[in-house]
Amino acid sequence: METVPEPGSNVPPKKDRLQTKKKKPRRYWEQETTGTAAGASPGPPRKRKRNRELRPQKPKKNDTSKKFRISKKPRELKSPRPQRSLSGAQDPFAGPAPVSVEVVQKYCRIDKSKELPHPKTKTRSRLVVAEAQEEETSVRAARSELLLTEEPGFLEGEDGEDTAKIRQADIVEAVDIASAAKHFDLNLRQFGPYRLNYSRTGRHLAFGGRRGHVAALDWVTKKLMCEINVMEAVRDIRFLHSEALLAVAQNRWLHIYDNQGIELHCVRRCDRVTRLEFLPFHFLLATASETGFLTYLDVSVGKIVAALNARAGRLSVMTQNPYNAVIHLGHSNGTVSLWSPAMKEPLVKILCHRGGVRAVAVDSTGMHMATSGLDHQLKVFDLRGTFQPLSARTLPQGAGHLAFSQRGLLAAGMGDVVNIWAGQGKASPPSLEQPYLTHRLSGHVHGLQFCPYEDVLGVGHSGGITSMLVPGAAEPNFDGLESNPYRSRKQRQEWEVKALLEKVPAELICLDPRALAEVDVISLEQAKKERAERLGYDPDARAPFQPKPKQKGRSSTASLVKRKRKVMDQEHRDKIRQSLEQQLQKQEKAKPTGARPSALDRFVR
Amino acid sequence: MKVKMLSRNPDHYVRETKLDLQRVPRNYDPTLHPFEVPREYIRALNATKLERVFAKPFLASLDGHRDGVNCLAKNPKSLATVLSGACDGEVKIWNLTKRKCIRTIQAHEGFVRGICTRFCGTSFFTVGDDKTVKQWKMDGPSCGEEEEPLHTILGKTVYTGIDHHWREAVFATCGQQVDIWDEQRTSPICSMTWGFDSISSVKFNPIETFLLGSCASDRNIVLYDMRQATPLKKVILDMRTNTICWNPMEAFIFTAANEDYNLYTFDMRALDTPVMVHMDHVSAVLDVDYSPTGREFVSASFDKSIRIFPVDKSRSREVYHTKRMQHVICVKWTADSKYIMCGSDEMNIRLWKANASEKLGVKKFLSDSSSAFSVLRGPTQRATEPDSLGAARLHLVAPIRQYVVGALTKRT
Repeated sequence: METVPEPGSNVPPKKDRLQTKKKKPRRYWEQETTGTAAGASPGPPRKRKRNRELRPQKPKKNDTSKKFRISKKPRELKSPRPQRSLSGAQDPFAGPAPVSVEVVQKYCRIDKSKELPHPKTKTRSRLVVAEAQEEETSVRAARSELLLTEEPGFLEGEDGEDTAKIRQADIVEAVDIASAAKHFDLNLRQFGPYRLNYSRTGRHLAFGGRRGHVAALDWVTKKLMCEINVMEAVRDIRFLHSEALLAVAQNRWLHIYDNQGIELHCVRRCDRVTRLEFLPFHFLLATASETGFLTYLDVSVGKIVAALNARAGRLSVMTQNPYNAVIHLGHSNGTVSLWSPAMKEPLVKILCHRGGVRAVAVDSTGMHMATSGLDHQLKVFDLRGTFQPLSARTLPQGAGHLAFSQRGLLAAGMGDVVNIWAGQGKASPPSLEQPYLTHRLSGHVHGLQFCPYEDVLGVGHSGGITSMLVPGAAEPNFDGLESNPYRSRKQRQEWEVKALLEKVPAELICLDPRALAEVDVISLEQAKKERAERLGYDPDARAPFQPKPKQKGRSSTASLVKRKRKVMDQEHRDKIRQSLEQQLQKQEKAKPTGARPSALDRFVR
Repeated sequence: MKVKMLSRNPDHYVRETKLDLQRVPRNYDPTLHPFEVPREYIRALNATKLERVFAKPFLASLDGHRDGVNCLAKNPKSLATVLSGACDGEVKIWNLTKRKCIRTIQAHEGFVRGICTRFCGTSFFTVGDDKTVKQWKMDGPSCGEEEEPLHTILGKTVYTGIDHHWREAVFATCGQQVDIWDEQRTSPICSMTWGFDSISSVKFNPIETFLLGSCASDRNIVLYDMRQATPLKKVILDMRTNTICWNPMEAFIFTAANEDYNLYTFDMRALDTPVMVHMDHVSAVLDVDYSPTGREFVSASFDKSIRIFPVDKSRSREVYHTKRMQHVICVKWTADSKYIMCGSDEMNIRLWKANASEKLGVKKFLSDSSSAFSVLRGPTQRATEPDSLGAARLHLVAPIRQYVVGALTKRT
């Protein structure tokens, strides 16, 4: 670049702004500032300083043109101006409204503990910007919680009163009419023990009896949608993505019905199904069968995505993890295995009980798993870290059914009794010391599910269906765009189209649903390796050791060579040591383990 | 005992009459919105695929010239007018809405090397191989009159390019040197040169209107200051630059279309290294023009294609080509940033859409807000989340019908 020489005027340096600032004359109402009053928050946030810290550092290119840059003095921190009015009153709550840290934490999604191995400046700056943005948006989202209208329910006993002793009849008397109507009993003794399922919005209920009775109704208005008898044993029943379709696991095959009772499909590839689970965001119906196969059926295209052999005999205990769409299967050897349709082997196998596992349930955040086994134990495991049991409890009778509510309450059905345990808040596991509520039913429990967005627990038993009141079970504020119990027909149709367009493919199911948002380190390393192969050398490799030039004759050729040789020998020795260790490890692995030591071992090479 | 059950009043959730809007309460809790990352990924993927499905950029081909189109110019006061100069000396004025030629002028003998319009839109200038600079009226001759230039300047050497000042009645031509002319005079008010070779194009800066840039045959780009009547700076590249174009939004940025198949975006204040090198063409880049938004530019190349580049990226976002379009000599982006016109070797001027999948014309209210494609592009259904995805991301647009039921019905 060439510059035409300037006419010859020197640019005079700008006067420093702080020096030439004129002092404002003090008005009669302005008193001496003695600092902020005790208790007030420290003034408006100093936004300017924060932005300067968080702005990504651009690499400075033109250092030669510094003579025209004016050096800025570090700006003095402006002392917070006390909010004073003419009357002398001070705003007691100066500054932005405080936000509690736990609520802000709830909206944070970036895992700050994960460090990238060798991030480039560009990646690092992008991550810094993303973190700053997330901080700001999480504070704003926490503030928007003010707009939520509903409060969760609660049940508190008076001094000394045990909430577990409170009966459903007492609750019904003490509560308003609309809520009292939510408690009902359907006495259906003729068609066998019932299994039930609520639709995703919590508005519709489908139940199926062992002797073939299948019905679907809007349980809030008690309007019956359909009632049929399928003339075959019904083992399980599930709503598909909306209340329009039902899947019924009958004795031989899997059948799909309309909500008017019209049979739409008979899926013969899914035979002798014992349990059904619907993954709503993937449009997958997972079926566990007596033959030991876990089959995933895509209900939007009607294809079987995967048929996995669980290799553990008859599968009769199954549940899904709503956080990451992983299927949990309980086995008779006391293990729970976690499955994804992308892999032929289970993702994780957890040893839970000494006997067989009788029931598994996972809470809506995917953090806790409750299992109960033939050893009469009820255990709560931590799923998002160590897979270790957090708490355990011995029950007088094993729990055959478990269910979690949206706010973390755990319901267990033991014979004809249902126990419900509550935790501290939404994120904490339920404390198994004292039950929150109990209820005795008129028959043995066969199905248990909390109604989403309503403080109601639906129980299917051998005497019919019971709807129990459980104050504080459900999430009070639903999101209208996800599942809206008050949606109209047009809203449902629009929602269905959008849900189908956003259907997540089955290959993306894994333990961490946010895996796609991570920086792709593996591809980066693969690309580096390929580049090194293609170029013949690794351009990022360390430069060979150059000995520093020293004074007083210590930099002669001979001593340089000696120093280089020393470093090379040290590296060589390190490499040999590493390879020896690797060889030892390989040998240890290759040795047959489990063989009893014999006297002839000394002759083995 | 103290008991309270969650009980919702349906009146707060269901609309009162059919004429009301539906109420949609929102809760941004992440547990109510599982699978945010995969759903967002699928939406971005589907939106990108649909954008390609709906990409139909070619609009029209303007036929009429009897020789290759050499230069194009826009009328600053009329979006529908474009002027083109051909290699046989003909200048045609086209109306883009009717897609017809409204006026033909035999301007020069030989090539029309450059054409530019005056900032007021009432006249335009052409330079040709016959060493003349001619000024013409934008409106046609009234009946009875012959087609005559307003003003003709005879020069001594061939002029290869012309550009008009954005504010004053001054224009610049280039040939052997850069001449600045006043419209009233027949000799240049000043001539500037730096180097010994011919200059192929000259452009005025639209913001700092006293600055000009020129490209010469000895591979350099020279910047001139009209007030001091001297050249300012020079940068020498490896191969010759065909044209430059100034960014209409950033006063100090210009892009140079080079013979070495690349385009270089320079910051005028630091010419030692380009801000960005745009590499995607497979043959010499002949012309470049910026969008009025200053965020993108279009380049025409000898390899029979035109490419649209974002200013901050080194790869093009779009390439337009047709079997019928041969070497593209000149390209212009219309002043409403929606269309691109290119003139090519085979005597046609083609009109393209700048955003290939954009629906142009009057849009109906409901059809645009609820179509599947716009749904995928837009609704902020997820809670606000920092964008750490590398996938193709589209502009998020808030849905038209979305109301937060909150402050009005909160129970105390």
